[in-house]
Amino acid sequence: MNTIEFEGVTKVYDDGTVAIEDVSYSVESGTTTVLVGPSGCGKTTTMKLVNRLEDPSEGTVYYEGDDVQELDRIELRRDVGYVIQEIGLFDHMTVAENVATVPELKDWGRERINDRLNELLELMDMPPAEYRDQYPRELSGGQRQRVGIARALAGEPDVMLMDEPFGALDPITRENLQDEFLELQQQIDTTILFVTHSIDEALKMGDKIAIYDVGKVVQYDTPQEILENPTNEFVEDFVGADRGLKRLQVTQVETIMTKPAEASDTGALAADGNGNVARVLSPTDSTQVALSRMIQFDVTRLPVVDGGTVVGEVTKDTVYDIAQTGA
Amino acid sequence: MSVFTQGWQFLFTNQAEFLTLLKEHLLMVVIAEVAAIVVAIPLAILATQNDTAKSVVMSIGNVTQTIPTLAVIALVYPLLGIGFNSAVFGIWLYALLPILTNTVTGIEDVDDKTINAARGMGMTDWEVIRRIQLPLALPVIFAGIRTSSVINVGTAYLAFFIGGGGLGLWVISGIQLFDTPQMIAGAVPGALLAISADLFFASIERYLGQDPDVNTGILA
Amino acid sequence: MSLTTVATDWILPTVVIIEYLDFFRSNSSQLLRLVLQHINITLITIMIALPMGVALGTFISVYKWAQTPILWLAGIMQTVPSIALFGLLIPVLGIGSPPVIVALVLYSQLPIIRNTFIGLTQVNEAAIEAGRGLGMSQRERLQRVQIPMALPVIMAGVRNAIVIIVGIAAIGAFIGAGGLGDFLFEGIRERYVDMIVVTTVVLSLLALILDYGLGVSERLLRARNGEDINPTQFTRVLQKVIS
Repeated sequence: MNTIEFEGVTKVYDDGTVAIEDVSYSVESGTTTVLVGPSGCGKTTTMKLVNRLEDPSEGTVYYEGDDVQELDRIELRRDVGYVIQEIGLFDHMTVAENVATVPELKDWGRERINDRLNELLELMDMPPAEYRDQYPRELSGGQRQRVGIARALAGEPDVMLMDEPFGALDPITRENLQDEFLELQQQIDTTILFVTHSIDEALKMGDKIAIYDVGKVVQYDTPQEILENPTNEFVEDFVGADRGLKRLQVTQVETIMTKPAEASDTGALAADGNGNVARVLSPTDSTQVALSRMIQFDVTRLPVVDGGTVVGEVTKDTVYDIAQTGA
Repeated sequence: MSVFTQGWQFLFTNQAEFLTLLKEHLLMVVIAEVAAIVVAIPLAILATQNDTAKSVVMSIGNVTQTIPTLAVIALVYPLLGIGFNSAVFGIWLYALLPILTNTVTGIEDVDDKTINAARGMGMTDWEVIRRIQLPLALPVIFAGIRTSSVINVGTAYLAFFIGGGGLGLWVISGIQLFDTPQMIAGAVPGALLAISADLFFASIERYLGQDPDVNTGILA
Repeated sequence: MSLTTVATDWILPTVVIIEYLDFFRSNSSQLLRLVLQHINITLITIMIALPMGVALGTFISVYKWAQTPILWLAGIMQTVPSIALFGLLIPVLGIGSPPVIVALVLYSQLPIIRNTFIGLTQVNEAAIEAGRGLGMSQRERLQRVQIPMALPVIMAGVRNAIVIIVGIAAIGAFIGAGGLGDFLFEGIRERYVDMIVVTTVVLSLLALILDYGLGVSERLLRARNGEDINPTQFTRVLQKVIS
């Protein structure tokens, strides 16, 4: 079912600025939808409609089938995780107290809170014994945001709202957290709304992407669709002139690999490049990695290996086909 | 409210004396303030040129602001005796401090990047002060002048104790003689004077682009 | 070194200081009494002014419309010269400590209200936003996030207020409230320089000690809230003792 639905939503501020206009789309349960666009395009406003930090001027927002205007604001927020760019940890509380915020508000028992706390800290790769009693000031930027995410997940929310959560971090930490979060998504089935101004982050993190242009949603599609068939010039420009290469990023090797013709070919493939079996790909590598390795080793084909067995191969021609936008 | 009408009557009846006292009061306040500005600002500028000087000046400034006004006035007496000049000196001493600390803070608060950009363009230290730091520090400096002037009006009342004249005469005589109208006649004009000075400087601050509501010039 | 230099640079100051110490010793019990009176007035004032100021500061942080009027009023209070205010209150409250205490309470409102307001709303806006988004009600936000974070700033306001109170309380001696001002005024009246100097020093020391003590509490509160402080020796020692 659709966890979140926007129906003809418009938001106009008191001073007359139109933040968003006639926005309509649905977000499927368990998916990650990225709202992306330049500054001031309305993406954050849309996200805030879900936990009623903003209310629409026109139209309706549905949460799990109910009109959010009819739900209790405070209860709603406790069921929706919220992560912001500035992180906003409570400096006067320990990590444990920070994470336990929503469970405490919901009156869970001491034991349940403790278990949940340990579970989340392990999930965030921050051993509880070490980090429980530390204060935010003792943590690095990346660690703080991990605590922020743990805090948002603590109340077992069905939906998570994330507003440029990795924006305040340095590029290396950002990439690490993005990767960790992708892994996390596989383990939890929370529906996620993720706001960013970076198309690269959107392509990387989203199951579906909503592209905003000055308050309107101009395209709402999967990353592949957006790269293959941008609806208008704005989307084309926003995605960038290197659209072809970006497609390589979002396509995994296992979707384009071909089976080797004969067993002997397997030997030939393995022997490619002086029998050096390190020149291989794994099925979940992106085609961008494939192309990059082909260039590095100066070859036109690479074997795909899964658990020690060759399961297929990728050729340069196939890769080039993917990169072509077919304009 | 009848005390106020009585006070007004007293003032009206003693107009001539009122005007003299008011004039004395204003003179003390204005002279002390102008003298304070003239000394404090250059002193503050000098202080910002040298780290040790700056911390010494700021420490002295902050510590002495803790000393009660009455104490300062009282101390002037053994040093300089009584009279108008001693009073002005005492008020001047106390008026220096807010201007001094605010000017130093104001100059220091100017963004290092801006200063570096100016130096990069080839400005000498003095030009940087004159064209960049002082103008940018102006709102904060004015906040200090505002605080200082308002305090001066109050301190000038105490001047009476060391023979300085001013509206303090009526208030204090009024208290001693249990003459409430006289006391009111001395108190209200001074209060109004202080309030108008505050509003006046607040409007200048607003003109200079600073929001004066929450920041009443007393940098906590 | 000539004899005159020795005399003026060394002997004279020493003689003068000995004179002051002498005054201090012979009047120490009276001075102590006055100091206690002074502290008494200060304490009574702050016990009224603090809850009042914090309550008002919290009120205007929640009810935005009240911000300008209340801050303006408190600001105006500060501009009224102390003697003038005493003068205006005497017809209503008589002489002695009541008008002085009322006046002092009014004078100390601005720093406390203003600092409470700033502390509650501006100290860590991201944390307040996060609190809202996580589902804290207004009351829960105030209780769990805003007030704890505001404590150091409020303390700075209290410190500011105490210094103002100690200073103006001295003037209050003139209308019979007691305190160190008594000696100051007597000293001026009888042209007794020693009295003036020694009392001034004592009065200033009182203000400085209170300011320093509250400054230490302020720093401790800041540290507890995770701010970087440059601890003085004393603060460092206290931190070790407390933790």
